[in-house]
Amino acid sequence: MAINSNRPISPHLQVYKLPLTGIISILHRITGVCLSVGLIFFVYIIYALAAGSNTYAAMQVFMKLWPMQVLYWGFIYAFFFHLCHGVRHLIWDAGNSFNSDTLNRYAMIELGTSLVLTLITLLFV
Amino acid sequence: MDYRSPLAKVRGLGSAKSGTSHWWMQRVTAVALIPLSFWLIIFLDLSVHAPYQEMIAWLASPLNTLGMVAWILAVFYHSALGLQVVIEDYIAAEGIKIIAVWTVNLSFLLLALAALIAVFRILLIG
Repeated sequence: MAINSNRPISPHLQVYKLPLTGIISILHRITGVCLSVGLIFFVYIIYALAAGSNTYAAMQVFMKLWPMQVLYWGFIYAFFFHLCHGVRHLIWDAGNSFNSDTLNRYAMIELGTSLVLTLITLLFV
Repeated sequence: MDYRSPLAKVRGLGSAKSGTSHWWMQRVTAVALIPLSFWLIIFLDLSVHAPYQEMIAWLASPLNTLGMVAWILAVFYHSALGLQVVIEDYIAAEGIKIIAVWTVNLSFLLLALAALIAVFRILLIG
């Protein structure tokens, strides 16, 4: 389909301060893409396990490097945030809670819950 | 004079191809992943700390094998569905869009198969 690129467009992202709900909406998408990339690391880990004890030990040494630990815990937080906001989407899909006064409250709950779940994983799992 | 109806002109151009089932499966896999992700968290934690034999034994126990295989099937499907939507939203050129969507779908199919084969190899060891 031909797209006319000379059409006027309204000012958008560059001049528009995103509200909290807008920020977590795009974060849901960004974390989704990041988690998808993270799946490649999952395949790496499970292959290292399948390849035998030496490869497995080498993988553990690699995963304990600090940049990998930062990525690892970033992945866990991104996962829990994506999970929490995903549940929010399912509530919306069921046709509930579109009223504006709950939107910001739910946004804070999602961010808080994903942080708590990450800390629980860090401390107890 | 153009005898084609407005509907005939737009048919095949717009959306409403297989969007509903795409959207629906995104939700089905999302719901499945809520409980299944429990196995991911345990697996990831063990893979960083646990000795080799313990890890093999964990994965070889029937419930954990079931959980991990189900998680793998659901997560790679969910991921490919999601990435396809992202590509369709941000890439306007039709040709590049189709190539990107095919590349993502085939890559994630391949990754899912690789993960499943790894699980079966581990079962042979355990």
